[in-house]
Amino acid sequence: MLENIRLAFQGVWDHKLRSILTMLGIIIGIGSIIAIVSTIKGTNEQIKENLVGSGNNAVNIQLYQGEWTLDLSYQSPPDGVPLISSEVLEEIRDLDEVAEASLYYTRNEYDAVSNGVQTLTGGTILGVDANYFDVYGYQVTKGRGFVEKDFADYRKVVLLDKIAASNLFSGTDPIGKTIEIKGEPFTVIGLISKKATAQPVINSMEDYYRYMSNSSSGVVCVPDTVWPIIYRFDEPQNLVVQAVSTDAMTDAGEKSAAVLNAYLTVSDDTIRYKGEDLLEQANQLQELSNATNQQLIWIASISLLVGGIGVMNIMLVSVTERTREIGLKKALGAKKSKILVQFLTEAAVLTLMGGILGIIVGIILAYVISGISSAPVAISGPAIAVAVAFSTLIGVVFGMVPSVKAANMNPIDALRHE
Amino acid sequence: MILRLDHIFKDYMQDKMVVPVLKDVTLHVERGEYVAIMGPSGSGKTTLMNIIGCLDIPTSGTYQLNGNDLKDCGDNELSQIRNQSIGFVFQTFNLLPKQTARDNVALPLLYAGVSRRERLERAEKALEKVGLSDRVDFKPTQLSGGQKQRVAIARAIVTNPDILLADEPTGALDSASGRQVMELFGKLNKEGMTVIMITHDAEIASHAKRVMMIRDGILSGMNGVKVSAGRRDVQEEDGGDAVWEEYAGGEEETQFEGEE
Repeated sequence: MLENIRLAFQGVWDHKLRSILTMLGIIIGIGSIIAIVSTIKGTNEQIKENLVGSGNNAVNIQLYQGEWTLDLSYQSPPDGVPLISSEVLEEIRDLDEVAEASLYYTRNEYDAVSNGVQTLTGGTILGVDANYFDVYGYQVTKGRGFVEKDFADYRKVVLLDKIAASNLFSGTDPIGKTIEIKGEPFTVIGLISKKATAQPVINSMEDYYRYMSNSSSGVVCVPDTVWPIIYRFDEPQNLVVQAVSTDAMTDAGEKSAAVLNAYLTVSDDTIRYKGEDLLEQANQLQELSNATNQQLIWIASISLLVGGIGVMNIMLVSVTERTREIGLKKALGAKKSKILVQFLTEAAVLTLMGGILGIIVGIILAYVISGISSAPVAISGPAIAVAVAFSTLIGVVFGMVPSVKAANMNPIDALRHE
Repeated sequence: MILRLDHIFKDYMQDKMVVPVLKDVTLHVERGEYVAIMGPSGSGKTTLMNIIGCLDIPTSGTYQLNGNDLKDCGDNELSQIRNQSIGFVFQTFNLLPKQTARDNVALPLLYAGVSRRERLERAEKALEKVGLSDRVDFKPTQLSGGQKQRVAIARAIVTNPDILLADEPTGALDSASGRQVMELFGKLNKEGMTVIMITHDAEIASHAKRVMMIRDGILSGMNGVKVSAGRRDVQEEDGGDAVWEEYAGGEEETQFEGEE
């Protein structure tokens, strides 16, 4: 076998130009597949990283009516949705998939937050408990965070994120200043930002794209105990749970929602708590990009097929050219199988080299594409392994016909061949 | 007895007609013999050589090589016999042009399953035996015709075969190189190698200890006609006896065809 491989490399080397031309189809085919797969993988990893995050594994559980979340800005809370008590929260914390849980209120408001003439046009107001920042991965970057007494004493204090702060204070220090939320004065006690590894609050594809385009409109946080001061009535909270791992996110969301749904006494049974399945959303986005690129892979595969046929063609020529060599080898005692293996090895070495060159071309191509379209590149190890195996397989498959032809040659005729 | 052909017939099909090529050929060769088989073109000598060399199987008759009947041998067994028992020397050398003399000589050992190291060692020894130890790393294109044929002979003897089977071994060589090759055959035979040589050249045949003649598929001894280099000269001058003249006439044509 070693001898065959040595001979095969020598054969390739002896016919450099011909070998390169023969490999060209394989190089192009493997190259484009590697380039496509690397780009897909890069995009997918980016999606997953952005959407799901390697950080906090937080899952929002929100009240839905049918397909849509209940937006309490426009609707009053339905009957039969009880407040989530601390006992129920404990029940959720006891779930295996759940590491931590936190309750919050949320509203998307327009022009509800103001500092004199400066208003926050759009933005999210959150009423949070003490756990919220940990669960969601916020950190206080300036001033202080909420403390026990803020909740217990119903203090009207507020934390701003960078966008809200810059919109309301345009660069001046907001700490200690007073802002109005729906007419109620609140004192700014600190600034918050997401930890680097934390994920954005994403409830939909639109949120994802908004997040990606960095057009978030600011977050304003108050203690949940003062929420009724702004909104006047007790309304159903939202729940956010932190799953023990990224893979457990789906289960954590579903099980937590099931716990909450057990307490619902609504007449409209389309009103349910649902966990947002960020993993699922990531998968959907990934599938979308996969499906597009799948077609590209099929097209690239055609060039592999053409390459394979080219290999077969050249091998047939080579077998005819080397008829005397084959006759001689048979006369010297080479069995059919030896001749077969020799030519199969040659074809496989040829396509394997084509495959390896194709991988190099593909990686270069992937970076070129990434340079042009700013799509990230992730070189896929398995894809390279498959490319190597597949190109060798092409050699064996398309080398079979010529090799069988060589092996079955009659040594007498072959020796007499001119 | 190393080789025993008894009542060998060989027919070929040509345009749906049976063409008999060998007719009742019987040939016995003892170990250490040096036999030449002479015959004109179309006499069946190549077919006979193919059968002796296990490249072809007879239509009928028995062939025993080294006491083994080859009747029921399949393709793989025949390959193995060719590899181990027969050393081929061809008119046109049939060396692999891209490989060194050493690699060419080592080739049959590859098919015998010998390790690479041993293959190269034995190939060098065989090349030494044919007087080419200074040419082991040369490729065929860097060698003269005579040297190429000596490489081919080294390749034939590297497996220590039972029979050295040569087909017109000097046919493509000038007379000086031809003489060297014949000297080599003589030396190998003296060392105990059985040599069977097929030729149309009486001078070449004269180096053998026994000369057989094949005509129209019938093999016979030379019936007391002593073939020698001198004899041939005489024939060419005065026409010689009828048998020889007829033979030589046929041979001339083949020679030209073969050369071109």
